[in-house]
Amino acid sequence: MIELKNINKSFNGRHVTQNFSCQFERGKTNLIIGESGSGKTVLLKCIVGLTEPDTGEVLYDGKDALKMGAKEKQNLRKEIGMLFQGGALFDSKTVEENITFPLAMFTNMTEKEQKERADFCLSRVNLKDAGNLYPSELSGGMKKRVAIARAIAPNPKYLFCDEPNSGLDPKTSILIDKLIKEITDEFQMTTIVITHDMNSVMEIGEKVVFICNNQKWWEGSNKTILNTENKELQDFIYVSKFLRELKEKSQG
Amino acid sequence: MLRRVFTVPQKWHVYQKEFFHEIDNLGISSLPIIAIISLFMGAVITIQAAFGFTSAWVPLYAIGYTTRDSVILEFSPTIISLILAGKVGSNIASEIGTMRITEQIDALEIMGVNSRSFLILPKIAACMLINPFLIIMSMFLGIAGGWLLGTLAGVVSTYQYVYGIQYQFNSFNITYALIKTVVFAFIISSVSAYHGYYTEGGALEVGKSSTRAVVYCSILILIFNFILTQLLLS
Repeated sequence: MIELKNINKSFNGRHVTQNFSCQFERGKTNLIIGESGSGKTVLLKCIVGLTEPDTGEVLYDGKDALKMGAKEKQNLRKEIGMLFQGGALFDSKTVEENITFPLAMFTNMTEKEQKERADFCLSRVNLKDAGNLYPSELSGGMKKRVAIARAIAPNPKYLFCDEPNSGLDPKTSILIDKLIKEITDEFQMTTIVITHDMNSVMEIGEKVVFICNNQKWWEGSNKTILNTENKELQDFIYVSKFLRELKEKSQG
Repeated sequence: MLRRVFTVPQKWHVYQKEFFHEIDNLGISSLPIIAIISLFMGAVITIQAAFGFTSAWVPLYAIGYTTRDSVILEFSPTIISLILAGKVGSNIASEIGTMRITEQIDALEIMGVNSRSFLILPKIAACMLINPFLIIMSMFLGIAGGWLLGTLAGVVSTYQYVYGIQYQFNSFNITYALIKTVVFAFIISSVSAYHGYYTEGGALEVGKSSTRAVVYCSILILIFNFILTQLLLS
């Protein structure tokens, strides 16, 4: 489980995240949604340790990551898998080398075992035959899937996804969402997904946190979000005229 | 930054693989350009020396002597290092800069990899090891180019040229050149890596980092050339 307590972060006096507190449970896909510029990615960077919050606590199974020593922090990072917005695959390495890299770096697996693990992860994301390709030879959706395979290769306890659907068509987006959900269930990870895609929310949002004005504005699930009375969240969900009319019709 | 770079590698065999990749990427791939430049520069030095030595009191073997010392003392270690600052320096800065803006460095950090050490240490080690070989090759080719085009142009005979390059040969000159080369190799790799690593923004900033890296490397090479010459030769 990951717990955030009173996270505050500002850049040059401008508050990006204010008093953010929340719990993210194990085995669930937790979604953080909000408009562009609402501070979602900064919050995620604070959670994974790429940025240090000004104040607050980031608790991984009860241990504050901000108070950990270098060695402890490094051990924690070995339990983290992250899917970046653009995939962040290493351009100079093949797909297989990308996946085996964390294994070669932090495990005592033999090359054969690493290859087997890479094959398993690639088959898990339906890219069995892509091992010898370079990232430049992959489509956007394939890159995301390889990035997921790389993230799950070392069997992480925590999975973070920064806008996994950005730049993808709706069909591929749903595939990626389902994959994240399946992997979370299968490996019982604590998964946090940053998104502003309502399809993702409805598809995999077991827990949904809405950020507005750089604060936590609403908390619920995909089952309760459509009936929310929260005005800002309604504005976020029913942004198109079509959806607003659909909602009015359904309400009679 | 250098304190984080010079740490014990987290996994030796992974670093070793990166090191050999960098030897190929930064060293072996520079061979053709260095060979061409050295051959022609050696030839030009020879012809210019012959053009300058018009007095009957100056023996013709002085052409070989001048070419040898110019190539060994200054042309190969300094001018070739300046050329490598352009080629290798921009390569390092743009590669690491692109990794920064495409979040590849963040991905390394998230995995628990010391990104500074993993990305920069193999490059510094590769440059400091391979550049002396490149410079020695450049010395041979520069002197050979001078002989080849000097004899073809008829400005000096093979006997006079070979006598000139053997005349009062001081082996410390080679040591001096190699010391300079190693220092310049460190400057090229570390300064370029620094500019690449701290790139912020997008593609435009990667280009700017790359340009800045070449400019800073060139200036530092010239300054250290002066300092090392003062220290070692005066």
